[in-house]
Amino acid sequence: MTFDDIVAHPGQWLRGDGPHDKIVVSSRIRFARNLKDRPFPGWAKKAERLKILGEIQDHVAAIPAMDDGYTAPLQDLTALQKQILVERHLVSREHASKSAGSAVVISHDQQLSMMINEEDHLRMQSLLPGLQLREAYKINNEADLFLEDRVPYAFHPDLGYLTACPTNVGTGLRASAMVHLPALVLAEQINQIVNSVGKIGLAVRGLYGEGTEALGNLFQVSNQTTLGETEEEIIDRLVKVIEQVIEHEQNARQTLLERRANMLLDQIGRAYGVLGHARAIASKEALNLLSVMKLGADLGLFPESTQLAVDELFMTTQPAHLQLGEKKEKLSPEERDTLRADLVRAKVKKIPEPDIAKVKPAANGNGKKKDK
Amino acid sequence: MRCDVCQKNDATVYLTQIVEGKMQKVNLCEHCAKEKGVSDPTGFAMADLLLGLGATQQIEHGGQPAQKCPVCGFTQIDFKKTGRLGCSACYDTFADGLANLLKGMHKGLKHTGKMPAHLSRRYAMADRVKSLETDLQKAVKNENYEDAARLRDEIQKIEHELQA
Ligand SMILES: [Zn+2]
Ligand SMILES: [Zn+2]
Repeated sequence: MTFDDIVAHPGQWLRGDGPHDKIVVSSRIRFARNLKDRPFPGWAKKAERLKILGEIQDHVAAIPAMDDGYTAPLQDLTALQKQILVERHLVSREHASKSAGSAVVISHDQQLSMMINEEDHLRMQSLLPGLQLREAYKINNEADLFLEDRVPYAFHPDLGYLTACPTNVGTGLRASAMVHLPALVLAEQINQIVNSVGKIGLAVRGLYGEGTEALGNLFQVSNQTTLGETEEEIIDRLVKVIEQVIEHEQNARQTLLERRANMLLDQIGRAYGVLGHARAIASKEALNLLSVMKLGADLGLFPESTQLAVDELFMTTQPAHLQLGEKKEKLSPEERDTLRADLVRAKVKKIPEPDIAKVKPAANGNGKKKDK
Repeated sequence: MRCDVCQKNDATVYLTQIVEGKMQKVNLCEHCAKEKGVSDPTGFAMADLLLGLGATQQIEHGGQPAQKCPVCGFTQIDFKKTGRLGCSACYDTFADGLANLLKGMHKGLKHTGKMPAHLSRRYAMADRVKSLETDLQKAVKNENYEDAARLRDEIQKIEHELQA
């Protein structure tokens, strides 16, 4: 598989179906693993990093799931290619900043990706559409079982898998789900949810943007602790919480439909109007309006195919994807905004107007008005 | 306000996150924010960063400041700077200081999850040796020499396998 294949075919997590995929965009499992008694990548000299890479890479590429996959040492990738991989959620931003001595290996279906010499010697990650944390765990675990016979892992009888950062020690497991919660945000209930999930040791944060602001109403829910619980316990707890979050979002949608249908239709109509006619649009505005379109599609106001179109725009309107295929070396922010608007307009023009008959506004349709 | 990571530049990025019901705040300069990937869509860097920063202050309380990892040469000062350890052996070198730190960070101090299969076989064999040795002592004490000889053979056989 080549880099162009990856560009041409976004991974399963974007195109595929999964349980609850209207609210849970994707599920991800990550393991951190290291070699025994060898300096971690952040502490190793370049020669040592190269040596470690040499010792791991062939074994990683030999994992059955990596058959016909993609392998690249990071110094062979351009800055743009690295950024594309970040926007595809195949490598971390930290890994993209690495060069000689680090590598990435991606499976043909792009469900499994391995970062060699990121913060740890090996970070393996599985990414699936919808709520499929247990399935993603299975994919990671199989790769792990293959490697543990071939690579001398750093493992401590009390502390488990040893990692560069003590926050990952034990299982080395980070499980997370990306959830789309527009109704909870519109109903201003999101802070309550974030707080209560935080209280039980899980983290919720915006996917894009900084601090508590979550652009595109996309949030990531993940475990915080890795030592003292089994992998199954960590994942079970997370799944239970996510199922509750889904329920809250569904209830919030129902309540909005029943009590504030006009406000909801107004938001969806405006998003459709702006995205269909804008000539320049910044990333922040695009993400937020696309989120409203996605909600409209979930509620049946747009045809079924709108889901994928909108999900693809979430990805293709990001900076590196906009730059891709452009002749000019580096687009200015203004040029990017224009290009983004062109892209969005072309897609949204193909989507018919929201079918309002699907939502019957209540008699007092304009109910409580909001000044936003 | 100074950047919490480099302690040099002025902070321009302010982050808040709620962990275990406690609000945690981090202030970063432009450079460190980028370096640490806080805007990373894969999103793990943030949690690591927040917890890692608290970590560096706690490890100092344990062990002597001059401690150095015999395998990789890492010191506590390096840990304070980076919030990361030097190699897997550092977990033994700095065990005292780390115990406190891990206690505040995790649900427990004992790994209960999976382990490499070849290690779990070894641990099981080591446990078996221990219990056979207890039996052996009992047999000797009771002057049950036939059993003792059999137990001794069995222990030797397992120890031989363990060394292989
Ligand atoms: Zn800084
Ligand atoms: Zn060390």
